[in-house]
Amino acid sequence: MAYKRQVDRLPIIPADAQEFNVTCHYCIVGCGYTAYTWPMNRQGGTDPSQNKFGVDLAEQQTMETEAWYAPSMYNVVRQNGKDVHLVVKPDANCVVNSGLGSVRGARMAENRPSKVTGTQQQRLSDPLVWRNGVWQPTSWDDALDLVARVTARVVTDGSEDDLVVSVFDHGGSAGGYENTWATGKLYFDSMKVKNIRIHNRPAYNSEVHSSRDMGVDELNNSYSDYEVTDTIFVVGANPMECQTNLYLNHMVKGLQNGARFIMVDPRRTVSVHSAEQYAGAENVLHLPIKEGTDLALLNAIMTEIVDQRWTDAEFIAASTFQDGQAVAQDEAHPASLGSLDHTMQAIRLSLAEAETICGVPAADIAKAAEWIAKPKDDGARRKCTLAYEKGIIWGNDNYRVVGAMVNIALATGNVGREGTGVCRLGGHQEGYFRPADGHVGRPAEYVDQFLIRGLGGVHHIWACDHHKTTINASEFKRVHKRRADMVKDAIDAAAGGTREQLVEAIVSAISAGGLFVVDMDIIHSQIGQNAHVILPACEASEMNLTSMNGERRLRLSEKYMDPYGNSRPDCLIAAGIAQNMERVLREMGQDAYADQFKGYDWETEEDAFMDGYNTGNPEVTYERLRAAGNNGVQEPVTGYENGALVGTERLYTDGVFTRHGREDGKALFCASGWRGWQAPGKAREQAAHKYWINNVRANIFWQNQFLDQRNEFVQDRFPYPFIEMNPDDMVEEGLNPGDLVEIINDNGVTQGMIYPTATARRRQVAMVFGSPAGSQGNVINDGVNELVLPNYKHCWGDIRKVSDATREAARVTFKSKEVAL
Amino acid sequence: MKCNRLVDTGRRQFLRGSLMATAGAAVSTVMTPAQAKAQALARVEYPANRLANLADLAVNEPMDITYPDADSPGVLIKLGQAVEGGIGPDGDVVAFSVLCPHKGWPMSYSAEDKTLNCPGHHSRFDCEAGGQQIWGHATQNLPQFLLRVDDAGDIYAEGVDELIYGRLSNVL
Repeated sequence: MAYKRQVDRLPIIPADAQEFNVTCHYCIVGCGYTAYTWPMNRQGGTDPSQNKFGVDLAEQQTMETEAWYAPSMYNVVRQNGKDVHLVVKPDANCVVNSGLGSVRGARMAENRPSKVTGTQQQRLSDPLVWRNGVWQPTSWDDALDLVARVTARVVTDGSEDDLVVSVFDHGGSAGGYENTWATGKLYFDSMKVKNIRIHNRPAYNSEVHSSRDMGVDELNNSYSDYEVTDTIFVVGANPMECQTNLYLNHMVKGLQNGARFIMVDPRRTVSVHSAEQYAGAENVLHLPIKEGTDLALLNAIMTEIVDQRWTDAEFIAASTFQDGQAVAQDEAHPASLGSLDHTMQAIRLSLAEAETICGVPAADIAKAAEWIAKPKDDGARRKCTLAYEKGIIWGNDNYRVVGAMVNIALATGNVGREGTGVCRLGGHQEGYFRPADGHVGRPAEYVDQFLIRGLGGVHHIWACDHHKTTINASEFKRVHKRRADMVKDAIDAAAGGTREQLVEAIVSAISAGGLFVVDMDIIHSQIGQNAHVILPACEASEMNLTSMNGERRLRLSEKYMDPYGNSRPDCLIAAGIAQNMERVLREMGQDAYADQFKGYDWETEEDAFMDGYNTGNPEVTYERLRAAGNNGVQEPVTGYENGALVGTERLYTDGVFTRHGREDGKALFCASGWRGWQAPGKAREQAAHKYWINNVRANIFWQNQFLDQRNEFVQDRFPYPFIEMNPDDMVEEGLNPGDLVEIINDNGVTQGMIYPTATARRRQVAMVFGSPAGSQGNVINDGVNELVLPNYKHCWGDIRKVSDATREAARVTFKSKEVAL
Repeated sequence: MKCNRLVDTGRRQFLRGSLMATAGAAVSTVMTPAQAKAQALARVEYPANRLANLADLAVNEPMDITYPDADSPGVLIKLGQAVEGGIGPDGDVVAFSVLCPHKGWPMSYSAEDKTLNCPGHHSRFDCEAGGQQIWGHATQNLPQFLLRVDDAGDIYAEGVDELIYGRLSNVL
């Protein structure tokens, strides 16, 4: 039997319950929710006067009602030291989601840590220090002192290059303007750390360098543009699964208004099937290209648009560079940039050539070009929204393929106008505000390889778990553990000594190739198993947090409960490290260096916000954001008028492009010529193995699997990471639904559960990414592009059965994920 | 083919609902000790409602029912194959709420793969796996009605295992 909560009744929110603005912190969309809290000894009633909704709750409520919440939206949490009832439910007045909850966000309440109901007891409550062979709970003072003493010794004995940092750069969840600022100030202002990487990739770089180099910020439209567009062109993204309420609340409205939908993806995703239900199959075009050939397809579409003269000549003349090459291809630019003519010389590809490369009919490619750009019968231009995400960002030839997408938007004038835009759909929300990072360099250091080569002595890790989410993960884990164990052994051997003797022992182990690991996280993660000091963080809802979503909508998600145990906001942990660094360095006689660590006397996350984001955006304060509620304000904020922040609905409405910093304001095209597999080792691996191992997301735990590994509703559905496989391949391999299999190649091995999928193509399996119970990264090679953007999406392997389905797995449903209406 | 047999639950449930409303109204105001005692049950009490007789059911043809009252629509299905939680001589009779626990849209039954499907936002639930959400936006699996069959083949619903959409108490 499926997991049931056996809840037959919930406490009713009383009319006078406290209310808080909440932006869901899991994915980029940032749906609006409202949190309600009230004392334990009170409850509302069914009479309209006695509940928050003012309706008669003794009656069945209608569909789409605001006056209902699921058991997952309820919990008992600690607020100002007292237990309180909590309900977190979707906000019908938020323009992002209009009351729609997601399968993740609508479990925010249930995924809060509660000592009363027992939820999320995996949350870290105290600093832990590796001591006496275990992680010993201790005080902040004790833990931070050790972090500072070892870090200060290593960066002064050697240099700041010996400090390696892994850190989030995003909004929501662990990020937000408060926390990106504090960590940025620590590593880019107090120090100049260059061996630093971002949570999901092995270097400190942009995922969309080319779009920015072309002058186009990657989040340039408004979600409402999808509602009034003529064509939604999606490449390497799966919005129904990964940006669910952007799809349901905006793209679907577009489809219902007559928009056509083009999906480029080797896999037939739920987005394709769902779009067919809303728009009619005749208005949906799925191009199931061979893996890694997106660039060839996009170049052919561009060629067709140019040859058919469907380009927007007026826009091109007014807003794009005209004089040949503007930027040469070099180490920092994997393709040259310049005029449309310059670009066409490099990218021209016929429909027939593309059919051969991509494996889809030339007629369908021509149809895509037509749907994107062929003017309507009355001569009016079609409006097209172009959307992309990890399928190409983490795909083959990142720089060029993202550039090719933006090329089409520029050639057809589909940016800066209503119903248009060329945007990544995003993963996390954004929330980046840091000091300049120019010293990191471009290309940036490939930090995973730096660590694997035995370099670096101290590793600070902020809210990321490379064991689950990096490429070449097998080797990374092996080396990281070996180096961390050297330090653990040294600590064990130094038991009973003084703090000075302990630091000496650690530094000696580092000199011998060891790595001292400090992990900041909300749970004891897999990479945290290698840590010597673990510092417990809190997250949104336990602190105030500001972020912007995929349409640059900035909101303050309000704190409504206490941090769990002794945990703290990341920004205040960073401040604690800085303050201890200052103290320790001064003791070491390094006064000038110690002075660099001044300026962290923050009491709250709001202090960090004012120290950072507010200095660049003086109009924006917590008070004003609180008043702006769940609709917030779209960045950039341009003023404050009539008691409200003034924002920007859409970028580039004036046709002036600035993201590249060019004074002429002209956008550049990208000479994104097709060159086959860009990253090393891909072609060889493809030839050597039977199956392409795609990695994919699942909306049920996308962005919060670290919490959901302790959520019964989710674990009941997918007790093991799923691997979607064609039933004929299953027969060939002797597999039944739910069987456990290994995926094997030269990079490593991973494990998952077979999920029969009739729409999966032969010899292509799709494994869910980032699972704690099976890291897909184990079998991905170390291939990156020139700017160290990882190619996660392309790995090939063989599949071998490990066991029959376990009892738990056998009772899971294995039916198609496509709705049957 | 669907048929719509409303079950004789309305009157009794209407009365029960009225009592609940009265009791509820007292909660937020001052309660006497006697009233507090009357509230002491920790769980709602489910009615035992006759839904149909086994003889009324054809394999894989859902019968529209309601439970625990006329405002809570559901389906009674003889799946044709024994399932965990199924009742009757073949262990294959189950009943579910048909209100999608995401946003309360009424769902339709797909006889082809024995699922309930939501036209609103495309969530779907497996009637052969206890109403497990196969894919979708709901944060709970589908409420299943606890069934009992007597010697005469009469099928009774006697409980629900999840909160039904649109009500904060399964029995109003």
